[in-house]
Amino acid sequence: MKVLERARKTELAELYRQMYRIRVFEEKCGELYARGLIRGFLHIYIGQEANAVGAMSVLRPEDYVVTHYRDHGQALARGLDAGRCMAELFGRATGVSRGKGGSMHLFDAQKNFVGGHAIVAGHFPLATGLALAAQYKREDRVVLTFFGDGAVNQGVFHETFNLAALWKLPIVFFLENNLYGMGSAIGRVRSGGADFQDAGKPYGIECVVIDGMDVMAVREATQAAVHHARSGKGPAFIESKTFRFHGHSMADPVKYRGDEEEERWKRRDPLHTFPRMLLELGLATDKDIEKIKAEAEAEIDAAIKFAEDSPWPAPEALYEDIYA
Amino acid sequence: MPEITIRDALQRGLREALDNDPNVYLMGEDIGAYGGAYSVTAGFLEDYGPERVRDVPISENTFIGTALGSAVGGLRPVVEFMSISFSLLAFDQMINIGASIRYMSGGQFKVPVVIRAPTGAGIQLAATHSHMFENWLASVPGFRVVAASTPYDALGLLRSALKDDNPVIMAEHVQLYGKRGEVPDEYFTIPLGKADVKRTGEDITIVAFSHGVVIAMDAAGKLAENGVKAEVIDLRSLRPLDIETVLKSVAKTHRAALIDENWRTCGYMAEVSAQISEKGFDLLDGPVARVASEDVPAPYSRPLEQMMLPNVNRVLKAIEENYGI
Repeated sequence: MKVLERARKTELAELYRQMYRIRVFEEKCGELYARGLIRGFLHIYIGQEANAVGAMSVLRPEDYVVTHYRDHGQALARGLDAGRCMAELFGRATGVSRGKGGSMHLFDAQKNFVGGHAIVAGHFPLATGLALAAQYKREDRVVLTFFGDGAVNQGVFHETFNLAALWKLPIVFFLENNLYGMGSAIGRVRSGGADFQDAGKPYGIECVVIDGMDVMAVREATQAAVHHARSGKGPAFIESKTFRFHGHSMADPVKYRGDEEEERWKRRDPLHTFPRMLLELGLATDKDIEKIKAEAEAEIDAAIKFAEDSPWPAPEALYEDIYA
Repeated sequence: MPEITIRDALQRGLREALDNDPNVYLMGEDIGAYGGAYSVTAGFLEDYGPERVRDVPISENTFIGTALGSAVGGLRPVVEFMSISFSLLAFDQMINIGASIRYMSGGQFKVPVVIRAPTGAGIQLAATHSHMFENWLASVPGFRVVAASTPYDALGLLRSALKDDNPVIMAEHVQLYGKRGEVPDEYFTIPLGKADVKRTGEDITIVAFSHGVVIAMDAAGKLAENGVKAEVIDLRSLRPLDIETVLKSVAKTHRAALIDENWRTCGYMAEVSAQISEKGFDLLDGPVARVASEDVPAPYSRPLEQMMLPNVNRVLKAIEENYGI
C-alpha cells in the first residue's frame, strides 16, 4: 500500500512539475519576446498546461505526437529539452529544429514529436498518415494529435475524421477548445456552437467532453482514448474545455473578450488548484511544492542561458536539409 | 527490343516496386476497383489486395497529406492524383508538409513519396481539367519533378523516383499514356535531373518536355526537309534542371527554341530562357524562340483549344522569325 501511495505521489508531483515548468517557460518567453530576443509569431500556452501534461503523461515513447502551433507546452511535456526548445525560439543552431522552424515548428524525431504545425488543421493529414504507417506495419503505437477549436471549420478536419474512422486508424484527436480562434469566439463562427459533443457523430466517432483545467480528468480521459485507439477500435476524440489566459499571440491586445470571463477561468488555473488539492489531501507538502518550483525555475534559467550562449546557424545551413 | 506503351511502362515499374518492397503501397481515387482513371493500375487490386492498393475518398488534401505522413512514418507510398488539376486542392499538404517538413525540422524527417499526376490539355476538358502545374511545382525547393515523353524514360524515371527519399512528382501527360516505344527487358534506371538528347543536330536546339517533345520531334522533321538539322533536348527532369545539357547544345547550334505547354507567363520555359541568357548569352545568334500555351483558361471547343496550345507550325514560325531559318 505504501509503495502504491509513494508511486502515485511521484506521479502527481511529476504532473505538477511539468505544468509548472511550462508556465515558467512561457512567462519567460513573453519577457524575452518583449526584449526582442524571440521574434516571429509567439503563441503562449499559459492556462492550457493541464491539457498537454495530462494527455502526454499516458503515452509511450514510441507513440507519435503531432500538434498545433501553440506547441511549447506539448514539446516540453513530451520531454523535449527546454534549452534546445528555447534555442529554437532564439533561432540558434542548437535549436530542436536547428533554428529553421521557430516557435510554431518544434520537432524532435527522437521523441516521436512530429511538430509544431502552423497551418490551422494542416497537421491532421500528417497525423493520419503516421497512424496509417503504424497500422500498416502492425506496430503497437498510437498517434495523439492536438488541435484548437478554430481547426474544426477546416475541410481537412472532416476529411481526416472520415478517413481515420473508415480505416480504423490508431489515432486520438485531442481538441483543446479554448473558445477563441485568434479573436473569433467559436460560437460566432461555427453553426454548431461552442460545444463539440456531436462533432464526431457523422463519422461514428464518439466525443468525450472533459474539463481541461483538471489535469487528472485530462489524464484519465486520454488514458481511455489511447486504450481505445491502441486496441484497434479506431480513432478516439476528446473535447477539452480550456482557456488561454493571454492573447492569441504577443501582438494581440485581447479586445474581443471581457475581463469577467478571463477572471472566471483564472480562478480555475490548474497551477493553483492542483497543488492546493495535493496539499489538502496530504499528497504533497509545502516543501515539496517549493522544491519543484525552485528546480523548474533553475531549469528554465539554464535553458535561457543555453539559448543565449548558443551560436547562430552557420551560413551553409541555409542550403542544408532540403533534400534527404 | 520489345515495344510497349507508357502505360505499360508505368505498370511494370509499379509492380516491381510492390513485389520488391513491402513498404510500398499505392493510394488514389479509383485506382483499385475501377482500375484508375487512365487504367494505369488496372488489375492491381486483384493482385495486391486493398491494403496495398488503396482507394480513397475524394479528399485530395487529406489523402495526399496522409501519404506524406505515412512516408514520415516509414512507408513508401505512390499516390495518384486523378488529374494534376486536382492538386490545387492539395497544395497545402504538398508544400507545407511534403516540401517543407524536412527543412523546417532541421533535417529530422524524410518524405519518400512518389506523386503521380496526369497532366495536360488537348482532350477538350476545359479550364478546370486541363492544367499543367509542373512549372509551379518545379519552383518549390524540396520537390523533384519529372516528366517522361517515352516509355523508356517513364520506366527509368519511375524506378529512380521509387529509390529517392524525397517527394518526387511524376507529371504524366494524358495524351502520352498510349504512346509506344522500345523498352529493354534488362533492368535500367534514369537518374533524376538528367536531360536527354532525343535527336542530334547542329543548326538549332529545340528544348521541350513531356508532350512538347512530340511537337519538337515533328518540328525537327519538318526543319530537316529544308536542310535544317535540329537538336531536340528532352529535359525529362524539371527540378533539378539539367541546364548544362541545354547549354552544351546551344554552344554548338547558337540558336534555341523552347516549347512549353504551360501558360507563357511564368511558364517553365521562362526559367530555361532566363538561365540560357544568364549562363549562355554569348552563345546565341539571336533571341530564344519561345512557344508556349496562350495565356487563357483552357477552352472546351476544339478549334479554340488547339489555338491555345503550341503546335509544329507555331514552332516553325517562331524559329523563322527569330533566326530566319
